[in-house]
Amino acid sequence: MMLEVEGAPAYAYTGGHAFEPDRPVAVFVHGAQHDHSVWALQTRYFAHHGLNVLAVDLPGHGRSAGPARRSIAALADWLVALLDAANISETMLIGHSMGSLIALDCAARYPLRVTRLALLATAFPMTVSDTLLDAARDREPDAIDMVNQWSHSSIAAKPSCPAPGFWLHGANQRLMERVAALGEPHLFHTDFSACNAYAEGLQRAAALRCPVQIIAGRHDAMTPPRASRALTDAMKQANVSVETVMLDAGHALMSEQPDATLTALFSFATRRV
Amino acid sequence: MSANRFDTLVLHAGAAPDPTTGARATPIYQTTSFSFRDTDHAASLFNMERSGHVYSRISNPTVAVFEERVAALEGGVGAIGTASGQAALHLAIATLMGAGSHVVASSALYGGSHNLLHYTMRRFGIDTTFVPPHDADAWRAAIRPNTRLLFGETLGNPGLDVLDIETIADIAHSNHVPLLVDSTFTTPYLLRPFEHGADFVYHSATKFLGGHGTTIGGVLADGGTFDFTSTHLFPEFTEPYDGFHGMVFAEESTVAPFLLRARREGLRDFGACLHPQAAWQLLQGIETLPLRMDRHVANTRKVVEFLLAHPAVEGVAYPELDSHRDYALAKRLLPRGAGAVFSFDLRGDVAAARRFIEALTLFSHLANVGDARSLVIHPASTTHFRMDAAALAAAGIAPGRIRLSIGLEDPDDLIDDLKRGLKASQKTVSSAGRSSDGSRA
Repeated sequence: MMLEVEGAPAYAYTGGHAFEPDRPVAVFVHGAQHDHSVWALQTRYFAHHGLNVLAVDLPGHGRSAGPARRSIAALADWLVALLDAANISETMLIGHSMGSLIALDCAARYPLRVTRLALLATAFPMTVSDTLLDAARDREPDAIDMVNQWSHSSIAAKPSCPAPGFWLHGANQRLMERVAALGEPHLFHTDFSACNAYAEGLQRAAALRCPVQIIAGRHDAMTPPRASRALTDAMKQANVSVETVMLDAGHALMSEQPDATLTALFSFATRRV
Repeated sequence: MSANRFDTLVLHAGAAPDPTTGARATPIYQTTSFSFRDTDHAASLFNMERSGHVYSRISNPTVAVFEERVAALEGGVGAIGTASGQAALHLAIATLMGAGSHVVASSALYGGSHNLLHYTMRRFGIDTTFVPPHDADAWRAAIRPNTRLLFGETLGNPGLDVLDIETIADIAHSNHVPLLVDSTFTTPYLLRPFEHGADFVYHSATKFLGGHGTTIGGVLADGGTFDFTSTHLFPEFTEPYDGFHGMVFAEESTVAPFLLRARREGLRDFGACLHPQAAWQLLQGIETLPLRMDRHVANTRKVVEFLLAHPAVEGVAYPELDSHRDYALAKRLLPRGAGAVFSFDLRGDVAAARRFIEALTLFSHLANVGDARSLVIHPASTTHFRMDAAALAAAGIAPGRIRLSIGLEDPDDLIDDLKRGLKASQKTVSSAGRSSDGSRA
């Protein structure tokens, strides 16, 4: 689906099912240097099981026009503008990595728009090392190599994603290269800088008004499970309902454990609250 | 995790201890079909909402290990195992285009590939123009508005023409079509075509990947680089496909719509899948690919050196020789070696070549390459036996042309065997009416 958001074309994948006005909505937000396709299996299942799905391409990523936004808050504002453009009054928000911070910020600042919040491979602070930031700015191919290696916990995740026969390391590498080639200058650096600079995580976590699910990868080298603890504590202190699901995966949860990720997300999306 | 290198990937990519039994080697999943957990699980597998196996024509756990391993070795995004190399080529063509389309192909092709393009696909409305692999202008000039694919072999048949992948890929991409490369003779150990711009790669895995002359199989790998959304030429990927739930493959996967369609349509409908036992046997071969290819190449170099110095040999066509037209290109693209299949011209005629073949005891006389054992064939009396001398000359095949596929034996034994054959080839035949070189008097 193509929409006009903040004056520019924006794309959202609907899970292979036509958008129907009366169904509950789930909006999926990808991470740095990615696009909607990282959610291929989960979104397709949601869309064929009673929910409307929008898996967005963030500005400057995939099929959405730039410029890329430079802060998590600006990306959260863009996401709400996208909800407005699609006439969505309220939605479940699901974010991965950088996308989890966008979803968190959006849910806290626009509480009437967000009914549930799922944070995958999240962390606060989401610190990005100077080495990686420098590589992202000056040697993007090296940064892509590094992140790709750190994103996977296995060279034999089964079943592969989106289908048997896919080599997850190659597919993730090529996706980041394809996003880099779209023309948005220093996109990886822009995304990482936004993560690194985000300082409002605990404040936003305490301001949430909807139930939260955190899905972590036991072997995640980018955002290890312990890195989400501060967020969980802030939520609990503010009496926010929060559950944590631990999966046998690395940072690339949706492709290394597509079924377990889907099962956790769909259960959270459809249970009564 | 840290990146694994090639010699590690040949053993581990795509395979882990079996989660049910702990079996360390990849098990053979000898089953046609796979049970569903419940009706929703069944429906979601059919609609590609979950990943998993339904029926072994579409996917199989043993075959998937083979596919993922080849994709890892090639540096691609995924692969599909097929019943043979020919099935892989057909799958690529049938996925990319339909009747009314056109292919530009190198004229230096394996005979089976030439047959498929020149005769069989033409019967289904897909036309092919063959061009000399070295002639970039000919590739450009052959492209038509309905061209959907450029295609060549990394090492062409029969003269081992080295494909300038980067140049041909540039021509393909400036015309918004992909480049498919047959990499059978080189394997990913000697050459990784994706690194030079190819979009799709296939192998007759029967040859060096399997490596033991036991198993027919093929594999088609996707580099994930070709952007089908950048052109209107491929509605098969950018518009809903009624044959699979209205799926728009390029929306579903940014990097691999080709693989999705090839599996969901091509394997489903044409059905030329790889058998799990064959996949397992091919995996055993791949585990030793680097060791074997190094030995294949080392043996080949010794045999080439021997043949060059032998008075009964008129010439040797091997790209590592500076007499070969692609010497410089081979040096750049194939630093680890130019493979283990090559041809040489024997002094004499067809009869001399026959005497040569029949005197060999170690080389096996058969129509294959890439075996652990050394192989020999004489094109003029086998694959091209219907051609007379004039037709052979027109095809550039000398009557004394011999093709060798060098195996893993002790190279000195191979050379001893060749010495026997060469000596026999040059013997005077005393039978009535024949001269010393076997031609009719």
